[in-house]
Amino acid sequence: MQNDNLVEIKDAVFGYGARPVLKGINLTAKRGQVVAIMGSSGCGKTTLLRLIGGQVKPGQGTVRVAGESLGELDRAGLYRLRRKMGMLFQFGALFTDMSVFDNVAFQLREHTDLPEDAIRDLVLMKLHAVGLRGAARLMPAELSGGMARRVALARAIALDPALVMYDEPFAGLDPISLGVTGNLIRRLTDTLGLTSLVVTHDVQESLKIVDYVYFVSEGVIVAEGTADEIRASGLPYVHQFVHGESDGPVPFHYPAPPFVDDLQLGAQRA
Amino acid sequence: MLKQAIENLGNRTIQGVWRIGFAARFFVAILLHSATAFRRFGLTIREMYFTGVLSLIIILVSGLFVGMVLGLQGYETLQRYGSESALGTLVALSLVRELGPVLAGLLFASRAGSAITAEIGLMKATEQLSAMEMMAIDPIARVVAPRFWAGVISMPLLAALFSALGVFGGYLVGVRLIGVDEGTFWSQMQGAVDFEQDILNGVIKSVVFGVAVTTIALFEGYDAPPTAEGVSGATTRTVVTSSLVVLALDFVLTAFMFRGLN
Repeated sequence: MQNDNLVEIKDAVFGYGARPVLKGINLTAKRGQVVAIMGSSGCGKTTLLRLIGGQVKPGQGTVRVAGESLGELDRAGLYRLRRKMGMLFQFGALFTDMSVFDNVAFQLREHTDLPEDAIRDLVLMKLHAVGLRGAARLMPAELSGGMARRVALARAIALDPALVMYDEPFAGLDPISLGVTGNLIRRLTDTLGLTSLVVTHDVQESLKIVDYVYFVSEGVIVAEGTADEIRASGLPYVHQFVHGESDGPVPFHYPAPPFVDDLQLGAQRA
Repeated sequence: MLKQAIENLGNRTIQGVWRIGFAARFFVAILLHSATAFRRFGLTIREMYFTGVLSLIIILVSGLFVGMVLGLQGYETLQRYGSESALGTLVALSLVRELGPVLAGLLFASRAGSAITAEIGLMKATEQLSAMEMMAIDPIARVVAPRFWAGVISMPLLAALFSALGVFGGYLVGVRLIGVDEGTFWSQMQGAVDFEQDILNGVIKSVVFGVAVTTIALFEGYDAPPTAEGVSGATTRTVVTSSLVVLALDFVLTAFMFRGLN
């Protein structure tokens, strides 16, 4: 029987050098779900995606994707598994020396022996799905930020992957592009039967489309639940994050000695 | 203060040794992943256009002027000893043995090497290399190896063209402008230039310079910190390091190749 969980992370620990980034993460993503990983900047969200993509390996714990443990795979095995994954990078990471069409066709040409006619049809279908069939001949430099990300999304789903990972898909988008991108993620997940992992700190936009949310803070999962559970959560960290309050468990001030001491007011009085 | 200075020195030495080790592993990785560059030779030809064809103007113009200057200076010196008939030999030997490979190598480092570093560095900074990795496509095989072989193939061709234009420049000045006898110019050259000792050694030099410059350029780009400052620093290092390496290698190769020759 096929495992219901496409991604399973158990007690994953990871650090860059002596600096720990992830300190024991447990996370699962069921097939067909949109799962969001939220948290403030620098909390280890992107590192978590790199762990799932096999770009870094956990110091301890296991990361399993489609039933395969990433730590045990050799390079060929990892590349075989990556054909089942698509990744949308924060700013698209389109190949700037290729047109929109060639960007989307890239994986098809590299990994398949399909004739150029079939590649053309597939690319136009993927571009149509993200609403950019008319932009096929443009170069990446001619696209807006939102369009570039949609092209990158078409490229990420070119080989019909089982898992698509999105690194900050909403960052820096205008309200229209924001809604378009959010709807696209939901629609493509449902129609193509994907599993989507969305790393974001855009609470309002992502809560509209996700099935399940994990909150990461300082390298650990501090809260999890459905969108409604998260909205209703009484946990101080989640409350501060969802309502965008400037002070709370995540302090406004970076740790510092007392202000009076720093201004040397006590010394002057003496 | 002294302790800090020693620590810094040690740190920089360790970093330097680590980088040399990484560069050596990178070079081996390029060789091991070269199959794609030959199986899909179109990729390599495309890069030869960017590294080779687009370097033609600077190589040809420089070659012509260097040859013209050699013609002038050579004639000026040789005629003092009544040996102006040896002008063709002087121009040709200077070019095919030394100036062709070395100057073409230096120009190649500035023109093509810097472009390769900036391109790979920016591909890294904009996550294009990571994107390729995530698509299960090895960037060393798909991006780096074709550029490497394009550089290695282009460099001897550029050096040969540099020398050819240089000889033509020497002819223009020596024969056409100053009036050295045309027959003497060419026949002396033909008699003195040996295919194996001079031309082949020049070609070997240019291939070695091509390997060195292209490897340094690719490594600096691949290892560049993914920031604007990082890429600019890497581009500068490519030009400086590969120029120095070309000159140092030239000395070593010359010492081996022309030792004991008359």
